[in-house]
Amino acid sequence: MSDLVRVDNVGKTFTLHNQGGVSLPVLANVSFVVKEGDCLVLHGPSGAGKSSLLRMLYGNYKCTQGRIEFRHRNSWVDVAKADPRDILDLRRHSLSYVSQFLRVIPRVSAIDIVMEPLLLRGTDEKISRDKAAEMLERLNIPQRLWTLAPATFSGGEQQRVNIARSFIAATPVMLLDEPTASLDAKNRDVVIELICEVREAGSALIGIFHDELVRERVASRRIEIQSYNAAEAA
Amino acid sequence: MTSAMDKIREGLDLRPVLDVRNVSRFYGDRIGCAQASFRLWPGEVLGIVGESGSGKSTLLRCLAGLDRPTGGEVILEDGGESLDLHRLSEPQRRALMRRSLGIVHQNPRDGLRMDVSAGGNVGERLMDRGDRHYGKIRASVSEWLRRVEIDPARIDDLPRNFSGGMQQRLQIARVLVCEPRLVFMDEPTGGLDVSVQARLLDLLRNLVRELNLAVVIVTHDLSVARLLTDRLMVMKGGYIVEQGLTDQVLDDPQHAYTQLLTSAVLA
Repeated sequence: MSDLVRVDNVGKTFTLHNQGGVSLPVLANVSFVVKEGDCLVLHGPSGAGKSSLLRMLYGNYKCTQGRIEFRHRNSWVDVAKADPRDILDLRRHSLSYVSQFLRVIPRVSAIDIVMEPLLLRGTDEKISRDKAAEMLERLNIPQRLWTLAPATFSGGEQQRVNIARSFIAATPVMLLDEPTASLDAKNRDVVIELICEVREAGSALIGIFHDELVRERVASRRIEIQSYNAAEAA
Repeated sequence: MTSAMDKIREGLDLRPVLDVRNVSRFYGDRIGCAQASFRLWPGEVLGIVGESGSGKSTLLRCLAGLDRPTGGEVILEDGGESLDLHRLSEPQRRALMRRSLGIVHQNPRDGLRMDVSAGGNVGERLMDRGDRHYGKIRASVSEWLRRVEIDPARIDDLPRNFSGGMQQRLQIARVLVCEPRLVFMDEPTGGLDVSVQARLLDLLRNLVRELNLAVVIVTHDLSVARLLTDRLMVMKGGYIVEQGLTDQVLDDPQHAYTQLLTSAVLA
């Protein structure tokens, strides 16, 4: 199995210019490698910087130290210093981020939100719509809601729409920030199935899961993230 | 997993549509904007944010050919050639602007002819381009009215009888009908109600994707920037103080001014 992600000596410090220029170190010296089919769980107390690390991997937070390399178009892209244009291309094809929150776009229906990642990759509209319907059905979103904008949906329904959108076009690397938080058992099992399917298809996952049961069923490895401390892979 | 469309895109996108090199505009001793440099590729939407007087509209006007920079170059990719917008002769520059640039003004009155019918506003751009077949022009106009969600039955109505949101959508149809590769927008949702804004933003998002447009959009509204743009530039006092991926600039701003700007937003 070949490497998909190489994280080398990564660290992050926030500098708050408008609060006396205070420096907040959150992570230092994090290193790991993730291969095809891996599911690496980030483990550690809350506030340790697990979510910050995921956001750094996605390019959403700037990395202040080290390298974050992803396999992309038969080459490597270092998110810590890549151009925005290269990160956008990486995100379109090779890297995705799944949170528990849906960024609602006014007026856009649930099914359109779910199919958008396929359209962005140039997939035919009809095929995209059929596949979106299949995902919504799997995640138990009632059909009468599909054509409505999710602004008025419950939190759990929005979360499942977001998961459908994320898993409809699985990328080689997926970052998961508590995707199963507050889901009922039936829907949690669907998400576990989706995760296992993309792993079997060769994707690598890096995630935060507070639910012990989910962790046991999906993880292949775990890494301890301690607050502002060297982290070591187990 | 590379689709055929990606291959086409990769082939076409080797060169940026717009290459801005060290553009400055001074008014005597006063700085309008200074040392602006960036490149833009097809399909990319770049936002420029900053407070009033930060130079964002001045920069936009220099890029769109509406104002002449004091220094620097604005290079446009046009049919395989790289042309410096401000070194062309006046007729060449006008022809290039008609052919490949679109400008959406904040106030639809600046972009529309209010005494010409809705259909005329869109259709005359096709005639400028050399189209002569009346039936085809009218069909094409109807199609564009539909795309911007204006009932084609209103093709012969005057824009002054349209609501603000409709006027803005009509202006967008007038700009996009000629299929420009590069579009400049100055606060396109500025004067509109929130619900009308949402509809317009959604429309713009879809058109950008379908037409693979490159867009530079000036806005003071960070939520508009987040929704519509891939990349963001933050301006202050005429200078670009920070630029990067939109979500990174908004969620992990590096410059003191950007931190101030983002911390002032509620959501």
